[in-house]
Amino acid sequence: MNADRLEGKLAPDVKRRLIAVVGEERFLDSLNERYVYSYDATPIFQAMPDAVIMPQTTAEVSKILKIANEHRIPVTTRGSGTNLAAGTVPTAGGIVLNMQRFNRIVEIDRENLTVTVEPGVVTADLHQAVEAEGLFYPPDPGSMRISTVGGNVAQCAGGMRGLKYGVTKDYLMGLEYVLPSGEVLRAGGKNVKDVAGYDMTRLLAGSEGTLAVITQLTLKLLPLPEAKRTMAAYYASLGDAARTVERVIAAKIIPATMEFLDQATMRVVDEFAKLGLPTGMKAMLLIEQDGPEEWVERDIERIAEIAKEEGAVQVRVAQTPEEGANLLAARRAALSALSRLRPTTILEDATVPRSRLAEMVAEIERIAEKYDVQICTFGHAGDGNLHPTCLTDERNKEELARVEQAFEEIFLAALRLGGTISGEHGIGLAKRDYLPLQVGEGGIALMKAIKEAFDPNHIMNPGKMFANSARRRVVIKQ
Amino acid sequence: MNQTDKACDLAIGQDEVTPVTAGKFNLDEIMNCMQCGFCLPACPTYRQTGLESHSPRGRIALMKGVAQAQLPADAEFAKNMYACLGCRACETACPAGVSYGSLLETAREVVEDQNKKTAKHSLLRRLVFEHVFPHPNRMKALGMVLWAVQALGLQRLATRTGWARVLPRALAEMQQAVELVASPFIRGKRQQRMRAEGESLYTVGYFTGCVMDVLFFETNQATARLLAKAGCEVVFVGGQTCCGALHAHAGEKAWAVELAKRNIEAFEQSQVDFIVNSAGGCGAALKEYPHWFEDDPSWQKRAEAFAAKVRDASELLAALPPLSFTKELSARVTYQDSCHLAHGQGVRGQPRQLLNLIPGVEVVELEQADQCCGSAGIYNITHFDQSMEILDAKMEAVKKTGAHFIATSNPGCLLQMRQGIIRAGLTGKMEAVHLMELLDRAL
Repeated sequence: MNADRLEGKLAPDVKRRLIAVVGEERFLDSLNERYVYSYDATPIFQAMPDAVIMPQTTAEVSKILKIANEHRIPVTTRGSGTNLAAGTVPTAGGIVLNMQRFNRIVEIDRENLTVTVEPGVVTADLHQAVEAEGLFYPPDPGSMRISTVGGNVAQCAGGMRGLKYGVTKDYLMGLEYVLPSGEVLRAGGKNVKDVAGYDMTRLLAGSEGTLAVITQLTLKLLPLPEAKRTMAAYYASLGDAARTVERVIAAKIIPATMEFLDQATMRVVDEFAKLGLPTGMKAMLLIEQDGPEEWVERDIERIAEIAKEEGAVQVRVAQTPEEGANLLAARRAALSALSRLRPTTILEDATVPRSRLAEMVAEIERIAEKYDVQICTFGHAGDGNLHPTCLTDERNKEELARVEQAFEEIFLAALRLGGTISGEHGIGLAKRDYLPLQVGEGGIALMKAIKEAFDPNHIMNPGKMFANSARRRVVIKQ
Repeated sequence: MNQTDKACDLAIGQDEVTPVTAGKFNLDEIMNCMQCGFCLPACPTYRQTGLESHSPRGRIALMKGVAQAQLPADAEFAKNMYACLGCRACETACPAGVSYGSLLETAREVVEDQNKKTAKHSLLRRLVFEHVFPHPNRMKALGMVLWAVQALGLQRLATRTGWARVLPRALAEMQQAVELVASPFIRGKRQQRMRAEGESLYTVGYFTGCVMDVLFFETNQATARLLAKAGCEVVFVGGQTCCGALHAHAGEKAWAVELAKRNIEAFEQSQVDFIVNSAGGCGAALKEYPHWFEDDPSWQKRAEAFAAKVRDASELLAALPPLSFTKELSARVTYQDSCHLAHGQGVRGQPRQLLNLIPGVEVVELEQADQCCGSAGIYNITHFDQSMEILDAKMEAVKKTGAHFIATSNPGCLLQMRQGIIRAGLTGKMEAVHLMELLDRAL
């Protein structure tokens, strides 16, 4: 092993200065400690950082960034490492800035309906804290029990309630952030209306750690819905399920959640959660509505009717909140449960306008067959955000090449249907070659110019979002 | 996905790491972990430290690194593998079904193999694992010495005078939790067979366990009485020995396998319907014997037949016609899950169900009852401070229940809970008991 890799390759004086900021305990650079921050939840991608630093104040972050900027040391900001686009893999080495110590809920403001938190607060803990006050923070990404709010904002995470309530950026009102220069800035705040200058708050949502480090966030809250009901509908054909989604929306009902699971996904989820799902069915819709009691009752009844009219073989309304919660928890476990089938599980998040959902599902099936790869699909049917999940084995290079081709074709299909290559996971490393296809070369140039303004020395999460080469590798096949 | 990005591979040269250990790991099992992180909030050491290296996901990544010869199985790796409690709460949380417990055993075996090569093995370790636990007679002798120390009042004297301080701090504090053990006279009175009350439904072979039978002889007797009362003919099968769990958890796989063979042979000859025990840790190991023989098909078959008969006492008692009690306990009781009973064996409902049968008992659920108490085999000795931190947090939850009794299903947990009661200043207000003993008191 190279000596510098064993030690980490930060120069001794840089290391001394960084330790002076946070102390020995929160500066980690032993081989094992660096190795465990060489990955996130994205399969295959891995790269060693030179040090892991765990700041706990904004002043510390500012000092660290200043030193890193001065010495051109790459900085990859990270929460719990649940990223699915290799966004927190420290590709270029350097420092992993672990923000988990920023874990305070600073204030719940009942008059302004806002919550101010530090970025390391775990999403589910935030839910619990505000719900105890009868308030509601809707974004609920699949990994919410582990993921941090800072990570959610950096990636603009979505979740199962996106259809009715939108995504993380729709709740982001204000930020404190630190530039690579060490300068501490604020954007937005508690004002519902605020048009003073460019909207820096929104710009940082989904910026994937490539612009600045967020050190505090103010988020919008809603009153906690009075009631919720969950139901499941099972179908012998995918088309029937897709039509149910379209007709429910056309009937002017916006459910909080409309999740879709195909047969393969149902089977593994059932094996994990032992729910007794009818696994002989081709597809399942998991629907939740929330709101005032009578409205919820009325909507769920109407949705059940529509589901039956559209050919649902079985419709089941959860009898207790626990039963409903179990169904949703099982859906959250879908990704990990799928990994039981093959050693490597690659999850994507191609998204199309809701009306093109059935076409997209059919495209995915066709593409899987064409490249002879196993793809299970589940996802947020209500907002067109699908999760085609490929089950493979990273050790089989030949198969992996086919998987790559299949995903490329899926991305192109999504774009052709007016969709996006990423609904909620972000671009990171995994999809950076495809970004130009969606935003165009002009779009890339503008984004790079914005990055340049924030981070002239390219130390913030380098290698993410933008491909290194000037020309993308992908050739569009007609 | 981008092929070229695999260049962002680890920049660790593979040539200079000696790949001595790669072979032992089951890479397929490691690959089942897809790094989703669902295990993180379930892990006591991760919650305590916030460090990825102290999480199941991190430890599995390190194992993968060693298995693929990207990392050496060095002292740091060893430290990280032993910082784990082995409570296996992560297995319950894992949607991908990763067998973390068996991966951890392999990792520690890899560490110990390395240590043996470099003569880092301590004499004490060899003494304990090779010359004490595997020998029922020596364990019995140890029990006699312990009884003598207690009978002569030496233990109390040592605590009072401070002589106990000559012991390492962890032992000095933990020894207070050891209550009076059974005298040689009482031990000698154990009958090889206990007849079923009424019609005999099953013949069960009783697995006594080594530490369990030394420190908690009376609990074993109580369990046997309960089984007999419920219609079982109970046989204390001869030739049985330590289950090997402590060896397996400590990376001494060869010894663990040896012990497993002796137990399998002993119980094969006894021809019982079930093999029953009342120690969650032992039970989990007994049920996992087939995994220990993955490279030995003929023994694996015998291990499967053996494991199929293994039941925790609460599992069997809950399945038999309900016990009839004669006494009322009029007390509030809470239950601390044994990790290896709950996460390892998936037995959660039955102990609670049995407690609810006791007349006069109000069962209060303990907040996060299935989180490790910090005992974790010998973790409370090897990692005393961390263990006590976990225990103190546990006791905060225990206090909230206002229970008179805290029931457990494993000797290690029982000792730890007794220690917790002392540390929390609840002595005299609360008692830690084995579930079986509490049931027996109401018979």
